[in-house]
Amino acid sequence: MNSLVHDSLVLAGRTLGHWRAQPVPFLVTLLFPVLVVLMMGGLFGGAIAGGAADYVPFVVPGVLALTMLFGLETTMIAITTDAARGVTDRFRSLPLHSGAVLAGRCLADLTASAAGLAAMTAAGFALGWRWSGGAGDVLAAYGLLLLLRFGLLWVGVWAGLKAPGPEAVAAVQIMVWPVGFLSTVFLDPATMPSWLGTVAEWNPLSATADAVRELFGNPGVTGGGWPADHGQALSVIWPILMVVVFAPLSAAAYRRLNR
Amino acid sequence: MDAAIEARAVRKHYRGAERPALDGFDLRVAAGSVCALLGRNGAGKTTAVRILTTLLAMDDGTATVAGHDVRADGDGVRRAIGLVGQNAAVDEILGGRANLMLFGRLRGLAKAAARARADELITRFGLSDAAERAVGTYSGGMRRRLDLAASLVVPPSVLFVDEPTTGLDPDARREVWATVRRLVDDGVTVLLTTQYLEEADELADHVAMLRDGRVVLEGSPAELTSLVGETRVEVRFATADDAAAAGRAAEPYAVGPVDVTGTTVAVPVADAGAVTGFCAALAAAGLEPEHVAVRRPTLDDVFVHVNTVEGEAR
Repeated sequence: MNSLVHDSLVLAGRTLGHWRAQPVPFLVTLLFPVLVVLMMGGLFGGAIAGGAADYVPFVVPGVLALTMLFGLETTMIAITTDAARGVTDRFRSLPLHSGAVLAGRCLADLTASAAGLAAMTAAGFALGWRWSGGAGDVLAAYGLLLLLRFGLLWVGVWAGLKAPGPEAVAAVQIMVWPVGFLSTVFLDPATMPSWLGTVAEWNPLSATADAVRELFGNPGVTGGGWPADHGQALSVIWPILMVVVFAPLSAAAYRRLNR
Repeated sequence: MDAAIEARAVRKHYRGAERPALDGFDLRVAAGSVCALLGRNGAGKTTAVRILTTLLAMDDGTATVAGHDVRADGDGVRRAIGLVGQNAAVDEILGGRANLMLFGRLRGLAKAAARARADELITRFGLSDAAERAVGTYSGGMRRRLDLAASLVVPPSVLFVDEPTTGLDPDARREVWATVRRLVDDGVTVLLTTQYLEEADELADHVAMLRDGRVVLEGSPAELTSLVGETRVEVRFATADDAAAAGRAAEPYAVGPVDVTGTTVAVPVADAGAVTGFCAALAAAGLEPEHVAVRRPTLDDVFVHVNTVEGEAR
């Protein structure tokens, strides 16, 4: 087997071992988005959409996108912890393929996010969420969600390598909330002050949320700026842009560990 | 003997640092020997290890490890070495056995072979009872042992051990020493860094003293110790007269001039027999000391010696 494939699979397997050894933190990560939907639907659903039942079809696809943003923390924690404990250095002292450590991270995190999407989908169904789109559209929707996760993954790797220590992750854990709220995940930007609405419309999270709502056949946002009209295109462009910018930066930061 | 490690004029200046971390670092370690890189914090020990293990790029100089050029053939170096870094770099969430299997598989062992090797190392390093427990719950000494085991999954020809016993209690320190000694019996070349002369003395065939990024003194532990002088017995008395009498009684046991300062006598001795002989002589003379101390030369003495020699040379 190709050494890159072999080494990345072994390294991704290490993360799988973490879930087996410590299932509780993994389950919490998996179920936290479900808790968010229950809270938002139960507490604000009435105020926002006149009732939880009417809000669920809007908020579930939004939170599927938000789940991908939460994944950023997972990536960053894994990267900074390994760097701080010297595990990254041990990997670097082994005759591994040079791309294996980051590729293994990608594989493990995308697997975790796929599991997160599955959990959130099951919870959504339990709450009455349904899709009306065809199988192709539904698959495309999940593909777009994972594409966003793939883009954010590289942001997380870069931030993790640049972070002075695991403490810096706390800042990111706080920042995901304003980023999450300042999007179309929970609310229609038409209800926001216009400048805030514009920011929310341009949020990469909104592009994916809007695009998957359309593909699932769920109600979308009513406002109509340029980004809202081009949600599907932007939901592809934003993640690709993240990869194009942050994958080389991450690779460079990883190589620069030897300076 | 072939050199397992050879470094010439290695220079490394970290960006933003006032002084270079390594400044003309030269070292030659014979295959199958144990070399201790001795120095204080900031002397450049860890930088040297990181450069020789390809974790860090040097600015200038040349180095080969196990015949592979550190710059040109990093992968060749990595295939030949094991590294035990300063903090035990093992996975805290996984158990000891799972850690060893992980590193075995990363070194290209098939699953069954990795498991067999992990089992073997777990037994050999006395970790059988804790094999399935998360490493996060291990004691410092156990962690170090696992760390050593992890660098031996595929037997390296050169092993780097960076400050193996810093922060360990005396028992754990002895365990680590025993482990390193066993490696040497297997024919592994070991480069270890340490701040303790005692540790270098216990483990190394060859000691290189590092200061300000270069080797300032080299030799066998015995040569180094003889350079800085012998063990001294220091005895304090109630009166200066007693001290003077004790000074005279000490003459047969001293290997150098006896120093009497006020109420204290300092006697350079060659071995333990001289210490007990001197004490018996004191008792026979009816001299009762207030305080007795045996002082072995420390790293500080070596540094003081190096400073003095350099001062005289100037």
